[in-house]
Amino acid sequence: MRHEHIETNSALMLLLILVVISIGGLVEIVPLFYINETIEKVDGVRPYTPLESRGRDIYVREGCYLCHSQQIRPFRDEWLRYGHYSLAAESQYDHPFQWGSRRTGPDLARVGGKYSNQWQVQHLKDPQSVVPQSIMPRYPWLLDNDLDYSDVADRLRAQRAVGVPYSLTQQEYEANIAKFGKEIADQLDINQAQDSLLKQAREKNFDGIPNKVTEMEALVAYLQVLGTMVDFTKYDEGYFAQFR
Amino acid sequence: MSEQTSEKQTTGAVQTTGHAWDGDLQEYNNPLPRWWLWCFYGTAVFSVLYWFIYPSWPVGQTWLKGFGSVSYTVADKATGKEKEQEFRWNTRSLLLEDLSDAANNQQRKDMLAKVQAAQYDQILKDPKMMEFVRSVGKGLFGDNCAACHGRGGQGVAGMYPNLTDDDWLWGSDMEQIHQTLAQGRKGYMPAFGPVLKPEQLDDVAEYVLVLSSETASNEASERGKAIFHGQVGGCYYCHGADAKGVPSQGAANLTDRIWAIADVPGQKNLQDKKNVVKNFIATGVNNTRIMPPWKDRLSPTDIKLLAVYVRQLGGGKQ
Repeated sequence: MRHEHIETNSALMLLLILVVISIGGLVEIVPLFYINETIEKVDGVRPYTPLESRGRDIYVREGCYLCHSQQIRPFRDEWLRYGHYSLAAESQYDHPFQWGSRRTGPDLARVGGKYSNQWQVQHLKDPQSVVPQSIMPRYPWLLDNDLDYSDVADRLRAQRAVGVPYSLTQQEYEANIAKFGKEIADQLDINQAQDSLLKQAREKNFDGIPNKVTEMEALVAYLQVLGTMVDFTKYDEGYFAQFR
Repeated sequence: MSEQTSEKQTTGAVQTTGHAWDGDLQEYNNPLPRWWLWCFYGTAVFSVLYWFIYPSWPVGQTWLKGFGSVSYTVADKATGKEKEQEFRWNTRSLLLEDLSDAANNQQRKDMLAKVQAAQYDQILKDPKMMEFVRSVGKGLFGDNCAACHGRGGQGVAGMYPNLTDDDWLWGSDMEQIHQTLAQGRKGYMPAFGPVLKPEQLDDVAEYVLVLSSETASNEASERGKAIFHGQVGGCYYCHGADAKGVPSQGAANLTDRIWAIADVPGQKNLQDKKNVVKNFIATGVNNTRIMPPWKDRLSPTDIKLLAVYVRQLGGGKQ
């Protein structure tokens, strides 16, 4: 084909540009789907419970990812400040992942359990009341808004459609029992989604308001599970290096 | 190409692209300098070498892992002994090398070993070790504790205890501080609103203010005293018969003028002070005063360093 022909035909040129550029992406991304060790072999990672999953939706809605990353890179300063570097396995059920690309605020990949629920609630309501030098905006409406969980089953069904093992059939439910244990499998069952959301909210009361399920409840439940699923004391230092 | 260059140099005639715009506009077709071309070919050759030295191309279900390697020392999980290990080059083993280089910094290593081996009272008495604790502890404190207790340990009134005073809810012995850090704490005080009548709450609040010398003893406070030390209120179970607090319960010393939760110093008159104390006694503390456990997040040495650091912020109990 003559180059002049391409240069004078913008639709064809656009198409060919897309082809050339996508080669770069495909060569880097596609092999990760069939390389055996992309996702580290590690115990403990499970999909989010219905309540945590709703919390994650609120995290996305409020745009937390614009200022907070969720990926600890394998550098010494990050190791010392945030903890063990993030594993691919830890975001295997994230659709879409919340790695983020910018740290105006600190990384949140291992924020779970670092602070009490009460601190999280207070800090989201009014960050400067606990950290005076913080520039984070306030999110007071999270405490006022009741959580809308009427569609939680549909949301989980959508996650299931992209491969997250929430169970719909008896067979899937039993597979989850084998994989995650009964307690978790119950929470991953779409048929009981609303019940288990309410149960977790009642038992843990993340927002500190009994008998009320606020958006804060879901968001704090999500924050408190971040980075806590893998027990790193079970693995030798250096174990995870073999996967890269 | 070289012919063209020399042709240009000798005759002044330069080859053009053969294209003419607007009748007489032409474009030179100068060859690239030879040194530049060789550098370009060189980078192409280097990229092939690079594929073999560093991890690169995917091959089936695995990938070319490269010939580079990294060595580092890690502690063996089973024996706790340090062992030398070598692994192929990747960012994760580079991190381990970086970490073990830092850990192998002789001065730091010596001090850490010394602190690890020392008893708490030895550390507190040794100025050199304390200097080390202050410098390392500051970073640890900033990363882990400052979000609640503030950058300087001043706390947040009503929510997170001030660590710079000499008042210790859970005790100031090194073992107690260590326990607080490692296991976490959960403050609890029952709500007396449903138990006591409003006028009884008034009386107890009056007595609590007398205890901390906010006001002089009076009739109401005497009634409150009876409730405090009697079966009705039973406040002395946790706060002690002398009201000086019981660290094992996390119960506050009521005889000093330090207020952990009720904002008494912030009130202008006695009536307001009484009201905040009364409201507090009525609602109690449940699930709102929680210190998370750190034993799974920080190493034993880090916790030890932090315990000493926190202790030196406010000093022990006077």
